[in-house]
Amino acid sequence: MEQTIRFTLNNKSRELKLDHERRLLWVLRTDIGLTGTKFGCGRGLCGACTVLVDEQPVRSCVYPISRARDKKVVTIEGLANNGQLHPLQKAFIEHDALQCGFCTPGMILNAYGLLRKNSQPTRQEIVQSMDRNLCRCGSYARIIKAVQTAGREMKGAK
Amino acid sequence: MLEDEYPDLDFIDIPTPSAMDRGEFLKLFGGGIFVLFTIGSPFTLKGQIGGGSRLPTDFNAFLRIGEDGKVTGFTGKIEMGQGVVTSLAQMLADELDVPLESVELIMGDTDLCPWDMGTWGSMTTRFFGPPFRNAAAEAKAVLLELAAEDLKLPISRLNVDAGVVFDKRNRKKQVTYAQLAKGKKIEKHIEQQPPVKNFSEFKLVNKPVLRRDAPEKVTGRAKFAGDIRLPGMLYARILRPPAHGAKLTSVDTSAVKDIKEAQVVRDGDLVAVLHKYPDVADKAIAKVKAKYDTPAMDVDDKTIFKHLLSAAKEEEIVASGGNLSEGRKASDSVFEEEYLNSYVAHATIETHTATAQIEEGRITVWASTQSPFGLKDEIAEELGMPSKDVRVITPYVGGGFGGKARNQQGVEAARLTKLTGKPVQVAWTRAEEFFYDSFRPAAVVKITSGITKSGKIALWDYGVYFAGDRGSEHFYDIPHHRTMAHGSGWQGGSGAHPFGTGPWRAPANNTNTFARESQMDIMASEAGMDPLEFRLKNLKNKKMRGVLEAAAKKFNWTPSKAPSGRGYGLACGTDSGTYVAHMAEVKVDKKSGKVLVKRVVCAQDMGLVINPEGAKLQVEGCITMGLGYALTEEVHFKGGEIYDRNFDTYEIPRFSWTPEIETVLIEAEDSPPQGGGEPAIVCMGGLIANAIFDATGARLYQLPMTPERIKDALQRD
Ligand code: FES
Ligand code: FES
Repeated sequence: MEQTIRFTLNNKSRELKLDHERRLLWVLRTDIGLTGTKFGCGRGLCGACTVLVDEQPVRSCVYPISRARDKKVVTIEGLANNGQLHPLQKAFIEHDALQCGFCTPGMILNAYGLLRKNSQPTRQEIVQSMDRNLCRCGSYARIIKAVQTAGREMKGAK
Repeated sequence: MLEDEYPDLDFIDIPTPSAMDRGEFLKLFGGGIFVLFTIGSPFTLKGQIGGGSRLPTDFNAFLRIGEDGKVTGFTGKIEMGQGVVTSLAQMLADELDVPLESVELIMGDTDLCPWDMGTWGSMTTRFFGPPFRNAAAEAKAVLLELAAEDLKLPISRLNVDAGVVFDKRNRKKQVTYAQLAKGKKIEKHIEQQPPVKNFSEFKLVNKPVLRRDAPEKVTGRAKFAGDIRLPGMLYARILRPPAHGAKLTSVDTSAVKDIKEAQVVRDGDLVAVLHKYPDVADKAIAKVKAKYDTPAMDVDDKTIFKHLLSAAKEEEIVASGGNLSEGRKASDSVFEEEYLNSYVAHATIETHTATAQIEEGRITVWASTQSPFGLKDEIAEELGMPSKDVRVITPYVGGGFGGKARNQQGVEAARLTKLTGKPVQVAWTRAEEFFYDSFRPAAVVKITSGITKSGKIALWDYGVYFAGDRGSEHFYDIPHHRTMAHGSGWQGGSGAHPFGTGPWRAPANNTNTFARESQMDIMASEAGMDPLEFRLKNLKNKKMRGVLEAAAKKFNWTPSKAPSGRGYGLACGTDSGTYVAHMAEVKVDKKSGKVLVKRVVCAQDMGLVINPEGAKLQVEGCITMGLGYALTEEVHFKGGEIYDRNFDTYEIPRFSWTPEIETVLIEAEDSPPQGGGEPAIVCMGGLIANAIFDATGARLYQLPMTPERIKDALQRD
């Protein structure tokens, strides 16, 4: 059923008229044209489509747009602040924590969710909260290091 | 580091020209200095001839120095994560003496780049690197000539740093590359080999450099084939058969009309639904009712090995020496073993994707492909178009590993854009990706080997079925040996495999190294020797000894006969000219059969390393990915029906599997650079199998080594 749905996307308010059952991933990628959020599996199994809704990582491929109503959605395009890269983005660059880069937006936003709750996670805590994000290129070891580095920088900035 | 320093590879802004000749190409890029590579040059890409009969014709620019002093390199290679976007730029910048930031690469565009066979086989650095460096050296020679004229000095008085040519005696007397290229239109052909730098002159090569594509990839700006947006573009969902070999007998698309704006396209066997939203196209295709005739096939993932052994018709001797019956006589113990491995999927996180557009009869396709030029030809042939009317552009590719050497989705998108006249995107679902993947073939290896009482290998009779012969030839010191390859290799012959197979990261070598290195450990254990000591005793090859010793040092390997209970394993191999040795420590939970790989050390000798950081990244990727085929990955099927459709049943490695990884790169600056994207994966099967044996005394003969198979082996042994 078509409905008008309002939400904030990367700090700008949006109003769309659309079928409220459609998944957030496709609304972002096609209706809005923000292609940084990736499709990998469509069933919540890989994490490539991860975005933040009210600061929580969610899998946008299984997230109906109706649930985003009046909420704050942040995609990878909205993570940098006034052209300043987020500490996670910087740490991924510094650690070469990616190869093909297809899983990267989802990795960064999922890690964001973790660091928000726990800025000094242990290796074990990182592994646990990232374990459902898949990287076929095998960048895990470096992503773990990047998340630790970013956590330190975020804590230092506070 | 400023992200803005990096050129955005904006694939849409380049106009779509009609088939260009050299003149038009030069016009497109304005002034500057071009170094061209043409047919008949002594630098025809080595190693690429023979694979295809076609060679570059007409224009084949390698690089351009723009009027702003910026350097643009053109290459038919593509970036899929392996990092050549960085290492090729490093080579260019170093040879030209310009800062890395001023080098930009245009990759995998069939209109702009020199013809290329495809990006695979770890060949970019080995075979494409040298002519690329030659082109850069040539460009530098031209610039020096111009500078000599400009500064009225002999070339011998000149030096270059960061794109500035200056008088050796008076640094103030200088001119920049930009100034030299300004207003010029110089076309240079490489005819004679210009001198390139040697090791001691390198400023960037052999130094660790971070990935140049990272800033785009961490911000979501990097474009992949599915990120191309064109006005009026439609997303396609294509009707798929339930099994390979199934024939469409009837189709009813009438219910699609319930979906607003969905468009049905039918052309022979191609039935597709197009919509401006891909998720709505998904719903629409589900409304199509179709019937198929599916041939009954009994073969499944358990019976496939028997089937393969009986299907292997051809055979070929890969290597041989001595006399097998003498080898048998000389042996005090003989071992006859059989090794199996299953079909494995590429499972890149980006599925096969293509976006196609037709304009004035000319088709442009943005595709996730490892072979843009191959795709161009396929499209031309399938659509009956002249090949000059097809252009393939390759944005960043989200992982390849051999799987994107197949281009079906590109042809599908091209067909649909031609049929509808509208831009069309075809992005496979995960289920389509599993269904149409060209799997690494299931394979069998049979080995009969023998040793003397003193632990010398006297006999080696090796036969590989259907994996292919890459990596099958042993490198040990064995007087009587023979290596045979049976069946048609990874390409798959008729009737061998019920579905498509193809190259998978280091094709054949994973299977062959698993079998060979397992057999080595079986013999070592029987001889009562430490597996490292046993290998060294039977090995003369210097490079292989070198990597084994380097790995042992890093790992802190202490000799013991296996099983020692420690869970230590080792394996070594060679691929793409590179030598690798791995050592690992594992923990096996005997109750559940689960394996935890705690630590992996890899020593790699790859000749001159262009980018040590990039090389390590590849090694880590190989080790992590290799855990999958070693432990869980196997395609389940019956006949042409593929049971695995997503990552729930097909398990790839995760964060929680990640071992501590240490990489040693052997300093070998005097030997030419070798492959780096594949070698370090070949040992993973044998490495883990040997470590499991050392931990438990159970020997695994089949990949993947799932908990069930491990429990079975524990009961058996
Ligand atoms: S695409 Fe959403 S989890 Fe995989
Ligand atoms: S970097 Fe390729 S999937 Fe993670």
